Amino acid sequence: MDLRPLRDAPSPEERDAIDAALGAPAAPPTPLALGAAEALRPQLLSALHAAQSRVGWVSRGALGYIAERLHMPPAEAYGVASFYALFSLTPRAERVAHVCDDVACKARGADALAAALEAALGPAGESTQGIGWHRSPCLGLCDRAPGVLVQCAGATPLEAALGEARPDVVLEALRRREVPAEPPTVIHQPREGLRLLQRVGVADPTQLDAYRAHGGFLALRRALTLGPAAVVRELSDSKLAGRGGAAFPTARKWQAVAAQPARPHYVVCNADESEPGTFKDRVLLEDDPFAVIEAVAIAAFAVGAEEGIVYLRAEYPRAYTRLTEAIAQCEARGYLGDNVLGRGVRLRVRVARGAGAYICGEETALLNSLEGKRGEPRSKPPFPVEVGYLGKPTAMNNVETLVAVLEILREGGEAFARRGTPQSTGTKLFCLSGHIARPGVYEVPFGTKLSALVALAGGVTAGRRVGAVLLGGAAGVFIGPDELDLALSLEDARAAGATLGSGVVMVLDDTTPLLPYLRRMAAFFRDESCGQCVPCRVGTVRVEELLSRVARKKPLDSWAAETERLEALAQTMCDASICGLGQTATSALSSALARFEILPKDEPSP
Amino acid sequence: MRLEDAPPRRRITLTVDDREVTVAEGSTLLDALKQLAVDTPTLCWAENLTPVNVCRVCVVELEGARTLVPSCSRKAEAGMKIRTDSERVRTSRRTVLELLASTVDTSAAASLQAFSARYGADPQRYGAQGAPHGPRDAARPGHHAVTSGAEAEGVAQPVKVDNDLYVRDYAKCILCFKCVEACGTDAQATFAIAVAGRGFEARISTEFDVALPESACVYCGNCVGVCPTGALMFTQEHSLRAEGQWRPEAQHETDTVCPYCGVGCVLRLHVQDDTIVKVSSPVESTVTHGNLCVKGRFGFGHVVKLRRNKREAVG
Amino acid sequence: MVLWGSNAREAHPIFFHHVLKAIRRGAKLVVVDPRRTASAAWADTWLSVKIGADIALANAMAHTLIAEGLYDKAFVEAACEGFEALKAHLAGYSPEAMAPVCGVDAETIRQVARRYAQADRAMICWTLGITEHHNAVDNVLSLINLGLLTGHVGRWGSGLNPLRGQNNVQGGGDMGALPHKLPGFQDVEDPVVRARYEALWGASIPAKKGMTLTEMFEAMGVGALKGLYVLGENPAQSEADGGHAQARLKKLDFMVVQDIVFTKTAEMADVVLPARAAWCESEGTVTNSERRVQRVRRALTGPEGARDDLEILGALAARLGHPLGPLTAEALWDEMRTHSPMHHGMSYARLEAEGGLQWPCPDDAHPGTPFLHGRLWERPLRSPRARLSITHDAPPVEALTPEYPWRLTTGRRLDAYNTGVQTGPLRSPLWRETTVDMHPDDAAGAGFADRTPVTVRSRRGAVVAPVRYDPSLPRGVVFMTFHDPDAVDTNTLTIDVTDPRSGTAEFKAAAVAIAALSHSDAAE
Repeated sequence: MDLRPLRDAPSPEERDAIDAALGAPAAPPTPLALGAAEALRPQLLSALHAAQSRVGWVSRGALGYIAERLHMPPAEAYGVASFYALFSLTPRAERVAHVCDDVACKARGADALAAALEAALGPAGESTQGIGWHRSPCLGLCDRAPGVLVQCAGATPLEAALGEARPDVVLEALRRREVPAEPPTVIHQPREGLRLLQRVGVADPTQLDAYRAHGGFLALRRALTLGPAAVVRELSDSKLAGRGGAAFPTARKWQAVAAQPARPHYVVCNADESEPGTFKDRVLLEDDPFAVIEAVAIAAFAVGAEEGIVYLRAEYPRAYTRLTEAIAQCEARGYLGDNVLGRGVRLRVRVARGAGAYICGEETALLNSLEGKRGEPRSKPPFPVEVGYLGKPTAMNNVETLVAVLEILREGGEAFARRGTPQSTGTKLFCLSGHIARPGVYEVPFGTKLSALVALAGGVTAGRRVGAVLLGGAAGVFIGPDELDLALSLEDARAAGATLGSGVVMVLDDTTPLLPYLRRMAAFFRDESCGQCVPCRVGTVRVEELLSRVARKKPLDSWAAETERLEALAQTMCDASICGLGQTATSALSSALARFEILPKDEPSP
Repeated sequence: MRLEDAPPRRRITLTVDDREVTVAEGSTLLDALKQLAVDTPTLCWAENLTPVNVCRVCVVELEGARTLVPSCSRKAEAGMKIRTDSERVRTSRRTVLELLASTVDTSAAASLQAFSARYGADPQRYGAQGAPHGPRDAARPGHHAVTSGAEAEGVAQPVKVDNDLYVRDYAKCILCFKCVEACGTDAQATFAIAVAGRGFEARISTEFDVALPESACVYCGNCVGVCPTGALMFTQEHSLRAEGQWRPEAQHETDTVCPYCGVGCVLRLHVQDDTIVKVSSPVESTVTHGNLCVKGRFGFGHVVKLRRNKREAVG
Repeated sequence: MVLWGSNAREAHPIFFHHVLKAIRRGAKLVVVDPRRTASAAWADTWLSVKIGADIALANAMAHTLIAEGLYDKAFVEAACEGFEALKAHLAGYSPEAMAPVCGVDAETIRQVARRYAQADRAMICWTLGITEHHNAVDNVLSLINLGLLTGHVGRWGSGLNPLRGQNNVQGGGDMGALPHKLPGFQDVEDPVVRARYEALWGASIPAKKGMTLTEMFEAMGVGALKGLYVLGENPAQSEADGGHAQARLKKLDFMVVQDIVFTKTAEMADVVLPARAAWCESEGTVTNSERRVQRVRRALTGPEGARDDLEILGALAARLGHPLGPLTAEALWDEMRTHSPMHHGMSYARLEAEGGLQWPCPDDAHPGTPFLHGRLWERPLRSPRARLSITHDAPPVEALTPEYPWRLTTGRRLDAYNTGVQTGPLRSPLWRETTVDMHPDDAAGAGFADRTPVTVRSRRGAVVAPVRYDPSLPRGVVFMTFHDPDAVDTNTLTIDVTDPRSGTAEFKAAAVAIAALSHSDAAE
């Protein structure tokens, strides 16, 4: 391609960091044909991470050098880099704290934390002696709210999460470039009956042998013995449905990929858990990484793929370390590689990191991101099972879904299907957060009553009653205290006009006004819209503006007209947005309007 | 002439507003609608570009589908039942047009204005258009200042004038992606511009917003050729409009052939007062598919008025 | 797809759009060019052939096709002649023997030959990198050999295509603007053809072919040609060895220039006839590289005093005692197509309705012909066999010497056209002054910093321009454009040796010396 490079040169540090990520450059650089150039593109995000974690931001010189190394137009590299919230294309503090001020943390002191940091460091986004802070959407630390992600650039960069963050601890961590070790995950429920969480908090997640000692790799052995078709049959018998939110039958997805004539096939594990209030996948990724890897390997085997990719959100640094170290151990011990378990099967797993974009949890946006592009959803059809990663058939599954596959292979599909309800089989992880006594991840069979689940977590914070429960995340619905009898199954939720989504159960007590939460969610969707389609790009802005008027009690004209306006917006966003983000961006708001008094009753005097 | 070995395409039948229509397999719903002469609004679609289906004004109702579908990109399937003028369709089209009108300067967007009139879109529905909350080229993804909601946040910004051939007025940009496609994979493969930023702050930009002469731009003007809103405009038209001298009703169009190489590109000369005021190319030309290069697009200076006996007059 | 001696990305940008589409669909591009041009940057394979060594490379490829049995035996047997002679001739052209001559290693030559032969469809396109040489015709013939040997001719998606540099090079030839042809490529020396046109025109036609442009200039040089009528050409600046050309023009007794602007040549003329621009101030047709005849139309009235070419010629004919009556472009076209079989079916009405037509189009129902030479696939063959040609490698006429050690080659840039008469007014942000482009190592070795002004001198003249470092050039080669002759008249350097058959000069290979600017140069 005849590309015109950016003229700015990288600093030696930037150049070294980028070369370390991409390998030493060929000399002299010569143009590549289109196909060869495009094949380099998937390395873009990791190169950007390398530059940013070295100096704290992505400079012109760094971006220009990356574009040159990857034979891509600088304008496109800029377009991609500027899409992701964790990349800064202007000078930024070398050490930053990303402070979660999203709904779950908001319920547990995030605003006070932000105010304290502002007092100490100035407004968000500014740099004081190389130290700064930013507001962040949900960091998946809702069980230890408020959560903070600390990033310190340098030769040995630091990235670490900080739960139950106090201002002094955050400031100290930034100053000393050191974060106190996060305590191990605590399971608050009785251990018997735990299946997906059986090893969490029990087996050392850094040791392959500990994993083996707790039943690790039996499922992979069984899969290799059964063969791909039989694995899919077991899955079919289990009636396993995807746990990422859409509840698509996993067996059908795998079957569809396996049957595609185009090669190669790919498996992608969607570990971009970003739905506000969700952290169950983080628990599995951090505390049972070998299980995730084993499950990805089984999926690859079943669909005829040789490569599995875990797309992990960049906000989970500990999961990244655990996974990459676990993969290295698996390769060293022959559980991954060119001859898995001596059966002549080739299976590889690698981890790719996102860079701060909720939309990349949408499967086609994730694929674009994996390919080094902007995380813009593709139009469907075609679906990823036909046209996925690099245009090839791709099976994409959520972390929890994959880990459930291990259970299915361990006990058989039919046995698995006996748990839960006839239509929602197995157990499900729920993320309890907000005004609850023991926030955390809980595993219960489908069909468990919401009230029982809340009770399992110790009930509402002492002395309070349930005011509202956000079910399913920002893209979910608010339900009222009179609906706690809801059975948590796909079919019961659907019948009640609700959704289980990604398993979010965020409880707000009866003293908490909803409007600030609705506004935070509206701001969230505005920030996280990819910007492709008009209904979502502009609609999310207009919804937020409308809620600002509600907060100020000043309608444009009348509350009746505002209601009509909101209805037209909600209908258009649901009907005409490209992807689920826009389609569900008004879901929680609409559910709240239907159940609670949000809009002022009195019309302004003319 | 088609490839000798191209297989004949299967024909499929679907129903549009209770009328049956048969199209070749692989056709889009929009193809079917055109065949039935159903006038369908489009902004981001163009015959010579890959559909990106982002504007959503062409959505139609597909029986059995949870949401509306974009007719520009959705492939027709046998047995589909389509409604093009249901209440749902009208609501979405109207709302999308209102959202755009609340955000951008539509004064030079003739087609958008016509669609708005057709669907009764009220550009003031979301209040008066307000300023963006900061310089748009410096916007960071994932962060924004919360506004009062008294005005509808817009994308107003200064016009970018950095060369003699065309200007970029992104206050008029509806982000239809057409210019990016024409600059990139669908025609020119120069990739001087891309979509940068995210969400409402998404914008068309060179790398780090550098001026065009510092970018990869080769001034083919194909981006200007596909822009539906006048956000990209040839300098000549921009100046004439500024002087109140742009008079489409006084213009005539003549097709001829470019003098600059042997490819034989069809030039459509837009002439006002016996002067060329714009050059385009018809999209149906098998030679150009609507695209030109810098010489064909801008190289008519030697026939402007007053070229004559002295070479200085043209130089 | 092979682009040979063509930088279509810059010189034929919209044609290159079609190439890009094919690349996106998986087509492979091979570019043969001494320079790593913008076109070469899109190629899977770039062959940096030495300047003037195209025949060595093509013959080595042909050698490979035959030696490895990759040629289309059935096609060659049925439709070609001269195979055995070619085979014997090519014995001396093994890739190993030719590698040092053409600068491409033997294995690469073989691989490209194999890929070309084994492709389902393959096309070779060339431009002036092939034809602006002293052995231009042999260059072309050696490429035709490749097409014939592999059968990549006469079929959809295959073929051999010269990309025309001007909008009506093809049309001019089609219409008989050649010294030896009447419209439709009918031979002027054929008495039957001549008789037909003499009857039509009511005038006698010279029985012998005329002079090529080069022959005319030679005739001017020896005083045999005394009067010249120049229509829409600027030979004072576009001819190779421009100083020499201008000296010859000055010798003329009488020169008429008919042009749309007052060119350097017009400055030397006795009479200047101001014309309207053919492409936007006149009616007519032009024919592009794919033989598509398309209409040009009058969109502007044109400057006061300027007249249509037809009107000027008509008035001139009347003054010379041969009134032609009122002339319209369409009436002339209709007359022409009555007598040119390949244009018979091309009425203005059809040209307008169908977006142009590709000749041959013999009748009103004929859809036009997207590719030629399909006849070679008729079995049994009912028309003459295609001839395989014997071509010999011959280096550029002007060898490099210690005194003139650099190889100068010339070419176009994207935003400019020929001598800049038309593109001069284009305020292109891409415009840059004429430079002496050199490989950085060459330039640094010679002691020239980037942007240093230097004197470039050939045996014919000298110009002054700044050096520009360009790593896309091979070592030893200097590249210059000719778009701004008023500032830097590059063609005072080029050599006017021509191919005896095509009459094209060797613009692509001159020997030059480069020196730092001396005080006397600066004073000039």
